[in-house]
Amino acid sequence: MEALTAALLYLDGVTVSFDGFKALNNLSFAIEPGEMRAIIGPNGAGKTTMMDVVTGKTRPDLGEVIFDGLHNLTRLDETEIAELGIGRKFQKPTVFESHTVHDNLELALKSDRRARAALWWRESTDERRRIEQLLEIVRLTAVRDRFASSLSHGQRQWLEIGMLLAQEPKLLLVDEPAAGMTDAETRQTAALLREINRDRTVIVVEHDMAFVRDLDVKVTCLHEGSVLAEGTIDQVSANERVVEVYLGR
Amino acid sequence: MTLHILIRSLDRGAALFLIVIAAIALGVPALNLAVPESSAFHVPTYLVSLFGKYACYALLALSIDLIWGFCGILSLGHGAFFALGGYAMGMYLMRQIGTRGVYADPILPDFMVFLNWKQLPVYWYGFQYFPYAALMVVLVPGALAFVFGWFAFRSRVTGVYLSIITQALTFALMLGFFRNNFGFGGNNGLTDFKDILGFNVQAETTRAVLFAISCLAIMLGFFTCRAVVTSKFGKVLIAIRDAEARTRFLGYRVESYKLVVFTLSACMAAIAGALYVPQVGIINPSEFAPGNSIEAVIWVAVGGRGTLTGAVIGAVLVNYAKTFFTSGALAPYWLFMLGALFIAVTLLLPRGVVGTWRHWTALRRDRASAAAEDGVTDPLPAE
Repeated sequence: MEALTAALLYLDGVTVSFDGFKALNNLSFAIEPGEMRAIIGPNGAGKTTMMDVVTGKTRPDLGEVIFDGLHNLTRLDETEIAELGIGRKFQKPTVFESHTVHDNLELALKSDRRARAALWWRESTDERRRIEQLLEIVRLTAVRDRFASSLSHGQRQWLEIGMLLAQEPKLLLVDEPAAGMTDAETRQTAALLREINRDRTVIVVEHDMAFVRDLDVKVTCLHEGSVLAEGTIDQVSANERVVEVYLGR
Repeated sequence: MTLHILIRSLDRGAALFLIVIAAIALGVPALNLAVPESSAFHVPTYLVSLFGKYACYALLALSIDLIWGFCGILSLGHGAFFALGGYAMGMYLMRQIGTRGVYADPILPDFMVFLNWKQLPVYWYGFQYFPYAALMVVLVPGALAFVFGWFAFRSRVTGVYLSIITQALTFALMLGFFRNNFGFGGNNGLTDFKDILGFNVQAETTRAVLFAISCLAIMLGFFTCRAVVTSKFGKVLIAIRDAEARTRFLGYRVESYKLVVFTLSACMAAIAGALYVPQVGIINPSEFAPGNSIEAVIWVAVGGRGTLTGAVIGAVLVNYAKTFFTSGALAPYWLFMLGALFIAVTLLLPRGVVGTWRHWTALRRDRASAAAEDGVTDPLPAE
């Protein structure tokens, strides 16, 4: 198959309406391979709906979402999209509470996802080493045998990021990673995301402007389901319409 | 390969449990057959049959715990698979009666002669052979569970909606089996059994052996469940129970996992039903009654869902209580007691008997170890 576009992710005229309300309205943008992009916008701008569309949770009424130049994501379901290499971190950290930190990572580790394979699966030395590495990266080695339900909010966020990394996705969608974190944790998270971005494409949806500034990447501002402005954080925050939308007129 | 599954599945509690069941499997028949009736240690035959019944219920409870406790699928219709397994065994037993029936027809069971049927329906063919009947015991309920699950899980029917349609499934089957022209003996069901594999079903030794086989079935069922839940497959099941959407976004095809475990569970329930029928001597459509399936869920809740051993203990405890209370002056109030028990367990003992015990011992261990800064305990399984 011939690649349709050089972009890793290309949204073209995506429209989603819920009972007449257009959550996304003819939304188009492209993410280049290796890029880190911050998506900002006021409440109801369509950030989460955009993620739902990309990960297959919501099917758009109109438009196309092309991944890796080949795959039209609007025709696939969550599992198929995850298999293609798109990982998602939710706004509210969702880890598997009754599993240990180690088991959470083990479940996320890139592997044959079929039921039969899981029945006979056995951890290899390679996989054990990979999990150790991930525990290091997300700074959870000390709590590896604790149940995820006993982790602090920040630790959960990191565990979820660790799980995303374990999946080895090409594209990571990260929804408000800094929500509810302390300043120190926020800075560490930004550093972690930059580290991840070294070999993966990342889209960060964020509310916290200081955090976005910390990331220092191209910013797309959404409003009422379409792109309002795009550029560096300084350009975008200088944009009059963005200021209007954020502060009210 | 096999060895590592063995080691992984059998922690101390699981091994102990298997030993206890094995001891009961051998002990009860021995006390029945080898100890003279005059002795205080003699177990009368009616008790052997009663315990055999409990053993079958325990296996049914295990099958429910596997899907409810570990994957969050609350089936309120598991009695349907139990009853279908029972009917398959009943059909074999009916064909064994032969000319000893009231109408002495060598082929047709009595109820068919009574209905003036001239030929055996096609779906009764082959049931005179035990291996075929045994195959049907697992194949028919397994296939039904597979088809039902395929539609339900693919359409993402979950939670209370799934519970309701499982309930509808068993209710529909009950109505069907009540009809005479369905060909399974209508409301009388199948009964008056004589032989199983050439042995008299009424004989003491047959009953003792059936009891031992039922215990063996619990052991095998328990081991299978342990092997499943301690595998990565089992971890995925728990992940589905706790956060289904998250599991999908990790790339697991949730519906396949549910389908596999649901079908496995239905087959276990069916084997329980097949062992039940020769021991109680009858199978009729009331086994499909929705109430039966709900009762089985209560056993698991009482014992502690997600514990496996709890399911077995809960089934025996509640059924012992049922036997005890329904045979005395309190008989009319049994259903009220059962309802009260369910409410009490839900409110006061949400982890069930075994779950609460495990929780306490875990807490005590934490307190004992100095590193008990914060509570690291089993979280409550999500609904």
